[in-house]
Amino acid sequence: MPKLYFDVAHTLAGSLVLLSFVMLYQRRLGALLNVLALHAAVLALSVAWQAHIQGAPHLYITAAIALLFKAIVVPMALRRMIVRLGIHREIETVTGIGLSMLAGIGLVALSMAVMLPVTAGADPVAREDIALALSVVLIGLLLMVTRRNAVSQVVGFMSLENGIVLAATGAQGMPLVVEISVAFSILIAFIVIGIFLFRIRERFDTVDVQALDRFRGERR
Amino acid sequence: MIGTPLPPEAAVLLVPLAAAALLALLPGYRLSARINVVASALSLLAAAQLLFHRPGAGALLFVDDLNVVFILLNTLVGFTTSVFSASYIGHELEIGRLTRGYLRFYHAMYQLMMFGMNLALVANNIGLIWVAVELATLTTVLMVGIYRTHEALEAAWKYFILGSVGIALALFGTILVYLAAQPVIGEGPEAMVWTALIGRAAEFDPALLNLAFVFLLLGYGTKVGLAPLHAWLPDAHAEGPTPISAVLSGLLLNVALYALLRFKMLLAANPGAIAPGPLMVTLGLVSLVFAAFMLYRRRDIKRMFAYSSIEHMGIIVFAFGMAGPLGNFAGLLHMTMHSLTKSAIFFTVGHIAQVKGTQRIAEIRGLTESHPVLGWSLVAGVAAIAGLPPFGVFMSEFLVVSSTFARAPLLALILVFGLLIGFGALLLRVTGLAFGTPEGRTGPVRASSLPIFAHLALVLGAGLYLPPGVVAWFQNVARLLG
Repeated sequence: MPKLYFDVAHTLAGSLVLLSFVMLYQRRLGALLNVLALHAAVLALSVAWQAHIQGAPHLYITAAIALLFKAIVVPMALRRMIVRLGIHREIETVTGIGLSMLAGIGLVALSMAVMLPVTAGADPVAREDIALALSVVLIGLLLMVTRRNAVSQVVGFMSLENGIVLAATGAQGMPLVVEISVAFSILIAFIVIGIFLFRIRERFDTVDVQALDRFRGERR
Repeated sequence: MIGTPLPPEAAVLLVPLAAAALLALLPGYRLSARINVVASALSLLAAAQLLFHRPGAGALLFVDDLNVVFILLNTLVGFTTSVFSASYIGHELEIGRLTRGYLRFYHAMYQLMMFGMNLALVANNIGLIWVAVELATLTTVLMVGIYRTHEALEAAWKYFILGSVGIALALFGTILVYLAAQPVIGEGPEAMVWTALIGRAAEFDPALLNLAFVFLLLGYGTKVGLAPLHAWLPDAHAEGPTPISAVLSGLLLNVALYALLRFKMLLAANPGAIAPGPLMVTLGLVSLVFAAFMLYRRRDIKRMFAYSSIEHMGIIVFAFGMAGPLGNFAGLLHMTMHSLTKSAIFFTVGHIAQVKGTQRIAEIRGLTESHPVLGWSLVAGVAAIAGLPPFGVFMSEFLVVSSTFARAPLLALILVFGLLIGFGALLLRVTGLAFGTPEGRTGPVRASSLPIFAHLALVLGAGLYLPPGVVAWFQNVARLLG
């Protein structure tokens, strides 16, 4: 395979990690959603590139799902939701921005240290893609635990899921990738509908998850 | 074939699926409840046929001695729960906690969930297992939140987020398994077929398999309800309709455990990979001891039994982690006994909560006087789950403990400690619930006690006399698990 193939694949995967970091320091929900849309768009490009170099046309479907559903439909739905709920204000983070950035760097270092030696035998494109994908997954988890807002938790989950799709497409010839990305899209649709239909705001007057906690029967 | 033109392994999938579609269309709840029972009974019949007729391994589905145990247990408890659900749901409709529209949804979801769980159990493809577990999770999330109260929504949201993260990690582990298999088996669907994987697992890259197992253990472990990852479990059990609590404890936890066991077998077949045992033993013991202590502080009756489920899943994972023919045998037996007993307890608790109109332990007293059948069923169920002889749980716990004493006495001490702590908590609570002067509402019960009695009779029967056929069958599975 020509060297260009690797370089483009790595650039795209690397930009996903970079965008995950950008998400970590977004304070406003609106901006966070913009980054999410960009994240999904880069994922779509990366998947399409994999489809091209692996000669696997079915991956174009996954790319199309990522572009249409995750880069356009879901961010737009979430944006309408936060506008309606009137929560453009700042996101409260549990830990400071600096601290979560440092934690993110630690996670990237960790995933490199863990994945690269383990996958020494694997195909080089897949190898580094998987390592970067693990970073995206871990930063997504970090985002979910540091944010208390239900909408930003969903954003964290979606970026985590983007990392998994990146890993799945990087693994050459992996079956069921399209099915899995459809399954994930259903999952996300459920979350979005969940926020909307359950009307967390209406029930709790807030989408702050910490407030949900108070309703557990045993706290008082 | 007894009346079904379908092969049984397809029937356990198609019957619930067709029933789900039918139930989604039918409006009347009485008819739906009946169809739900009939469909569950048909699935059980199909599963029973698998005992005698074993189809060959296909690319998507396969049946061996291991998953027959799970499928049979799954369809059996699914059937009895549908009988319980019919009477439970009727009452919920009367007091207006559920409307007809929600009931239609509930019945369709029930069968869809059975489909998801059966699919996970018969799937021969590690990707398909994942999709099926996800489907089962989504349907249960929807049912946990069905009451639309603050608590139910919170429980559903928590279950959903934690379950999704768990599921995502499990998928990452699955991808890593594929990466390990790909150089050996080659690209394409074949490298995700479990029967193909196990045949050549010895040639896989051990380091990659190790890493994959960590993700799979965390991912599916979340769904099993292992201790640091259990946060969703008590809420989901307490706030959903009780039939769902019974199915969650009795079945869904087992399905996740089954997925974990399949991957454990892959690791065991590879000489270079780490032994998965110590990881599972540690998580199992932590869950057991943690849950045993948590039992003391419960004020909600369903939450208390949810913690008891964490405790028992801990014991089961511990037993499978210890492995060996005896450890696996004990784990398998304990899993079966726990499923039967715990669902019987939830059936009882469901009726009690309906009669009393509350789930708070402090507001329920003297059940044996006010409602003798329910009260004594609860006493029997708790005695069984606490591990008192002559019930089957006693025997399986005894097997776990004695086999551990022979090999790792120190671990056995921790195990016995956890068991005793949990035992004390359960006994303390049940005396308050069952004896003393009755308090609160003492209205008559319109409960179907049949499912409760059937489960307790099975557990008691297994404790008194385990048929040699069952023993031989379980021993065979235990050998298979390595």
